[in-house]
Amino acid sequence: MDPNIPRTTPRKSATFDDYTLSEIRRAATTGIYDIRGAGAKRKLPHFDDLLFLGASISRYPLEGYREKCGTNVVLGTRFAKKPVELKIPITIAGMSFGSLSAQAKEALGRGASAAGTSTTTGDGGMTPEERGQSKMLVYQYLPSRYGMNPDDLRKADAIEVVVGQGAKPGGGGMLLGQKISDRVAQMRCLPKGIDQRSACRHPDWTGPDDLEIKIHELREITAWEKPIYVKVGGARPYYDTALAVKSGADVVVVDGMQGGTAATQEVFIEHVGMPTLACIRPAVKALQELGMHRKVQLIVSGGIRNGADVAKALALGADAVSIGTAALVALGDQDPHLEDEYQKLGTTAGAYDDWHEGRDPAGITTQDPELAKRLDPVKAGRRLSNYLKVMTLEAQTIARANGKSHVHNLEPEDLVALTVEAAAMAQVPLAGTSWIPGKGGY
Amino acid sequence: MNELDLKKDGVTAINHRLHALPENTNERHWVIRNPMGQHAIACGLDGPLHVEVHGHVGFYCGGMNKDAEVIVHGHAGVGVAENLMSGLVWIKGNASESAGATGNGGLLVIDGDASSRCGISMKGIDIVVGGSVGHMSAFMAQRGNLVVCGDAGDALGDSIYEARLYVKGKVASLGADCIEKEMRDEHLADLSRLLAAAKRKDNPKDFRRYGSARKLYNFNVDHADAY
Repeated sequence: MDPNIPRTTPRKSATFDDYTLSEIRRAATTGIYDIRGAGAKRKLPHFDDLLFLGASISRYPLEGYREKCGTNVVLGTRFAKKPVELKIPITIAGMSFGSLSAQAKEALGRGASAAGTSTTTGDGGMTPEERGQSKMLVYQYLPSRYGMNPDDLRKADAIEVVVGQGAKPGGGGMLLGQKISDRVAQMRCLPKGIDQRSACRHPDWTGPDDLEIKIHELREITAWEKPIYVKVGGARPYYDTALAVKSGADVVVVDGMQGGTAATQEVFIEHVGMPTLACIRPAVKALQELGMHRKVQLIVSGGIRNGADVAKALALGADAVSIGTAALVALGDQDPHLEDEYQKLGTTAGAYDDWHEGRDPAGITTQDPELAKRLDPVKAGRRLSNYLKVMTLEAQTIARANGKSHVHNLEPEDLVALTVEAAAMAQVPLAGTSWIPGKGGY
Repeated sequence: MNELDLKKDGVTAINHRLHALPENTNERHWVIRNPMGQHAIACGLDGPLHVEVHGHVGFYCGGMNKDAEVIVHGHAGVGVAENLMSGLVWIKGNASESAGATGNGGLLVIDGDASSRCGISMKGIDIVVGGSVGHMSAFMAQRGNLVVCGDAGDALGDSIYEARLYVKGKVASLGADCIEKEMRDEHLADLSRLLAAAKRKDNPKDFRRYGSARKLYNFNVDHADAY
């Protein structure tokens, strides 16, 4: 070819990008779908696409460091004799012993308790470590019923009936053989070392009418003391919230697709469910139409990272938020000081998501005793507590700037959107306009 | 013997009464009348009580019980003895779907038929059904024994783990990874014990045993069509 003829720059396909090509090669080599942990990694409309307006002539701000701005929340005021009272509106999401080490579960309990909030069990039952260190513990009632027993149910401060989760609405749990240690196998009544795929449907109820009866049974067994949460993946938040209320839930938890999982198929995580931002307003609308907003509390989860995210979720109508992935990072997950070890696993700090393999150098998503020992539950718990307190301070800062004496007083009118998509999903005006897509304006 | 009238007192008051009994109570024998098919009757019991229910019960009767004996002189709704920990639940009539679901221990006896998903996700419970069971029974059954003196519906033992299934009659079809297995002396002894506990006269040698082929325990792409 004549070197004097200019050549076009080699161009890679936007459709068949490097990641896509690598996935095709991986699938062709192994014959199995890609399994990983965490939530959706694709770019999605999110809380970053919203801004608070702050105070102006029409809004009177509160003094940033002096005037009171409440952060407490009471969950389960509808039917439970003993509602859950939290100092902050940020809870720790359900994560199982099995997917996480006992040290990590203990650290979550320590951090949450120090910050005045609750933590949550997961698909695998309640461990003494987390009950012992969690002042407020929510017990998940999952389709698999691994480790389920009435004693632990009664030890819990609240019960969360898990219908789905944001990373995989319609999918069951997955814990591969590498993480089925003797203790995990014993708690789940399974042979050691097998791939555990837990059910996606509850074994003894189907649909909202049955769920109502199931909730009634749980209340009977626990003397009507415990708040009953119903957790759904972000799929049909309007109908799911309405049906959860109809079924007798005290609290509805809506988890968007950025919410993490211990393990499932990549294709499930990235292609099923809705972004957290798109879930909140339909859920709030359902509560409002039923006259149950603030009576049945709404917890939102999936991609909550900082106090601004907390404030935005509350402004859109949530009563509290829940964090999982961010809590693990606070404990020490993805830390750059482990970069050499992440490299040996073929990944890099910040991208590590092979949580199902149990080789986590941070000692969090593992059942390897040597790796798990690396995590000091006391120090890690302190890091989580610090992080939760910072998030709370940030949310207060924003609330005061918008003239609110309690974070729950934040409202959609305090927000604008940076993109048309976010404006449509959050149903707040596009910045600089009064236009809410689908609702008129200009 | 103490009598409780569910029509008069309601489910919650009756359950509360049974839950509130002290561990060393000598009031162990209770009769519940007029159950009216109500749900969650005698669930969450925690102690060696003997409770007889005269009439039909709704969902989740005897759910999560420990140590107690619950005898239902009637039919039972969905999820009878769900997550039973120990003790006995005996249904003199038929049971609806998901009987004994996720049960960890104890014995569930159903004199009549049980509907679909009997013993789903069972984790150690023993279940003896005098009649037949519906489709998807013992789905993902992890541990324990399911004895069926009649027939079994489609997809028996789908995705089964280590539970043992004994069926006297016909099996419409087996689910993924469930196979017929050799009936050895230890199984005959186990089956004899279970039949005796359920006061059954059936001959253990008339039964066939089913369990896991264990081919789906760890993913193998060559078995993908079994999923």
